[in-house]
Amino acid sequence: MTGFFQSEFFHNYKRSSSAIIGSALMAFFAFAVLAGPFLVAQDPYDIAALNLMDSYKPPMWLEGGDPRFPLGTDGQGRDVWASILYGARISVFIGLVAMIASCTLGTLLGLIAGFYGGIADAIIMRIADIQLSFPSILIALFLMSAVGTGIDKVLIALTAVGWVVYARTVRGSTLSEIEKEYVQAAKVAGLSNRKIIRKHVLPNVLTPLIVIATIQVGTFVLIEASLSFLGVGVPITQPSLGLLIKNGFDVLFSGLWWTSVFPGVAIMTLVFGINLFGDFLRDELNPRLK
Amino acid sequence: MTRQIKSKPLLAVQDLHTHFHTFAGTVKAVNGVSFEVGAGEVMGLVGESGGGKSVVGFSILGLIDSPGKIEGGQILLDGQDLVSAGENRLRQVRGREISMVFQDPMTSLNPLHTVGRQMDEVLCLHSDLDAAARKQACIDMLESVGISRAEERLKAYPHQFSGGMRQRVVIAIAMLARPRLIIADEPTTALDVTIQSQILKLMRQQIADKGASMILITHDLAVVSEMADHITVLYCGNVVERGKTRELIETPTHPYTRGLIDSIPDTAERHDRLKQIPGSVPDIRNLPKGCNFKDRCPRAQALCAEREPTLTAQHGSLWAACHFPLKPGELA
Amino acid sequence: MTLTPDPMLEVRDLEMHFPIGGGLLDRLKLDSGGLRLENPIVRAVNGVSFSIGRGEIMALVGESGCGKSTVAKTIARIYKPTVGEIHVDGEDIAGHGFAEMLPVRAKMQMIFQDPYASLNPRQKVRDIVAEPLLEQAKTAADRKAVPDQIEKLLARVGLNAEHAGRYPHQFSGGQRQRIGIARALSVTPGLIVADEPVSALDVSIQAQILNLMKDLRDEFGLAYLFISHDLSVVHHIADRVGVMYLGFMVENAPRDVLFSRPRHPYTRALLSAAPSIKPKRSSEEIVLSGEVPSALDLPEGCCFRTRCPFAWDRCARERPALQDVGDGQTVACHLTDEPERDRP
Repeated sequence: MTGFFQSEFFHNYKRSSSAIIGSALMAFFAFAVLAGPFLVAQDPYDIAALNLMDSYKPPMWLEGGDPRFPLGTDGQGRDVWASILYGARISVFIGLVAMIASCTLGTLLGLIAGFYGGIADAIIMRIADIQLSFPSILIALFLMSAVGTGIDKVLIALTAVGWVVYARTVRGSTLSEIEKEYVQAAKVAGLSNRKIIRKHVLPNVLTPLIVIATIQVGTFVLIEASLSFLGVGVPITQPSLGLLIKNGFDVLFSGLWWTSVFPGVAIMTLVFGINLFGDFLRDELNPRLK
Repeated sequence: MTRQIKSKPLLAVQDLHTHFHTFAGTVKAVNGVSFEVGAGEVMGLVGESGGGKSVVGFSILGLIDSPGKIEGGQILLDGQDLVSAGENRLRQVRGREISMVFQDPMTSLNPLHTVGRQMDEVLCLHSDLDAAARKQACIDMLESVGISRAEERLKAYPHQFSGGMRQRVVIAIAMLARPRLIIADEPTTALDVTIQSQILKLMRQQIADKGASMILITHDLAVVSEMADHITVLYCGNVVERGKTRELIETPTHPYTRGLIDSIPDTAERHDRLKQIPGSVPDIRNLPKGCNFKDRCPRAQALCAEREPTLTAQHGSLWAACHFPLKPGELA
Repeated sequence: MTLTPDPMLEVRDLEMHFPIGGGLLDRLKLDSGGLRLENPIVRAVNGVSFSIGRGEIMALVGESGCGKSTVAKTIARIYKPTVGEIHVDGEDIAGHGFAEMLPVRAKMQMIFQDPYASLNPRQKVRDIVAEPLLEQAKTAADRKAVPDQIEKLLARVGLNAEHAGRYPHQFSGGQRQRIGIARALSVTPGLIVADEPVSALDVSIQAQILNLMKDLRDEFGLAYLFISHDLSVVHHIADRVGVMYLGFMVENAPRDVLFSRPRHPYTRALLSAAPSIKPKRSSEEIVLSGEVPSALDLPEGCCFRTRCPFAWDRCARERPALQDVGDGQTVACHLTDEPERDRP
């Protein structure tokens, strides 16, 4: 580990304010997601803990605010701050799981397309091309309306949208890796195609995926929020940040702005942090910029 | 091949230091290099990878970018220092007085512009000819480097030429402003041997015709021995030996030069084993104390680990940086 | 052509053609009012035959695009040959599938050109060297013996046991090439196909590797197919030299015969173009003009006629075949029949 702290990567990290801000924001959300339930007194989804008397309390620094609810409450007396912490759990969970699923599926298809070429390549890449010609939110919306709502359905929709970028990247790097002599050497050593893919090609095409995967978590959080906002995302019993915005949006123009603005700020900060860090990673891992 | 060298050199590099400050440490790519190039003379700059020979070429043209920096020394063109000169003066020098030919012709040609336009640009910058005269000059130049149907080829893009033809175009562009010095960095390394001999012949003839000087940077002793009047051998950013070509090739006095020459397989003689220099080039971020070559040198003694040799051992035209130089003809 | 009795490698009429042009849409051409499906083919190797005896070093020389590397990679069965026979130790492997090739891999290994690209950057040296061995290992005992064998192999090529745990980027070019040699040597093959093994190395390191390869030949009775563009290297290491041009073998002769009495105009041009540190003997110098034609569109008749200073009408009509001219030398040139035309 001492090696890491002396590495060029860490050295540059220390000097990049965007990397530090980005990772600090990400660390904050990681902490909120993991420790959220222990930070707030109220479980916002325990009906018994709610009190309608507390409904639509403004943030604590405004007149009529209540120090128990620092960011105010919604129509059912739910603490907005607690809702955000719980909602971020769901948003981040969906973003991460969908990213892992997309990455796995896309990498696999990209390896097959790049290594074997021919028909498999043609089919996979044409599907990818068609898919890229539609906005991803449209595809997700279409899928959601076909399969119904629910966290699992959101995950499926996001994976169906997200694999393409990995498949294209991996296919490209695979094509350049299999031209390299060490892959030919593995052939001469007698390795089967599968072994060559697993031992030689796969480890060498992963680096560019780190950046894509990081940024994609942010993108997925946004797509999921849009889906939920449009009412085809997560169920009302498991509200993500996007659903919180939607719930608050109905009363936004009645002057009760805090119920949707604060979840909105939370999404913005989360995605901003992810993108800042992703940009730093891209600069660091891209040998061409060095 | 030896021509008379005028008393005042065209270019004098004096104690040049070019360092690169990277995260992993300071790379002293050029560390006290001095040599001179007379008018009309071909100077061969020879060394293995990591010797610093290309960095010398870039330093002369003022093309060292961060994290690299010229830390010391002088580069005198006609007695005028280029290291302390401003960017304006350097722009004047580049192309007009000194031009460069690179190893890979694709990197020095713009793929988006026709050859004619790229040639015309040089003339626009460095001459006051009118458009018709410039075009004629371009056609003449292309013809003189052996490109037929020159007028037609002016309209072609670089990718429409083969590798050898592209290098001819690069040479044509380099010669266009009639520079007094050409720096050729591995100009034939990417080319096949029959094309290489065509290009070398062309460069020799162009230089002789136009009375220019040349610094030929290469790893290939055979190429340099056919082209150069003088040779400077670099090792780890230092000059280890320099002198007249035939003398240096036939009776080198530095053990490294000797080792390099002996390790070339030659078609004329046959040995069962090649003489080899043991070990490999030391890490230039972390050079040993004393002589850089001592760990690979069969003649190394205690003194070599203590004091870095300077270019003081003289024999004939040869100057070697060695505490224990070879006598002419002596084997290492 | 002299046939070596019981050769380690015998190649007969090897042809290797690569289709290019990508997918259907790329190849569809609009041509004089009609759509046409183009099928461009690069004819990289066009009927090459030669054989290598046990312990013999055969070199293939030629300029880029002459097909010498393709011959090497086809023999090593990285590519599947279009036409022809490849006999390794008496067995024709030209049509072998993956499973049939596995035992052949123990007899034939390969050393690559680029010491940087030929080692997987994410594998440790011990895993790189062990790779062919592990594929051949049949029992657990075989596999258990591998670490010991690797240590011996590394020692043999001039590296030590401590190097086994490092990654390729921690080595210099010459050391990496040693790792590649250890990998090829691991299964004790009888034939090593070496594709430009020293052309990426500095001259002082090149000498080390050439000496090592020669020592290994003497020690293990290895046969090499040695691909190179550098005539001085070939002169140093080879017993027999084949000269290739545009996918054809134009001359094949024992080294000393080839270097003292080259017969094909192309060989003669190559020899006179090679730079040397010795002052030039200005005797016979054939200077070639022009460049190699495209392998997409081979010239009719003799492949070399477009650059040959001697070419006459027969060369455009008739493709010359390799003819035995004595001393184990074979040449594909019409000058053999009409020597009086040998005047530029």
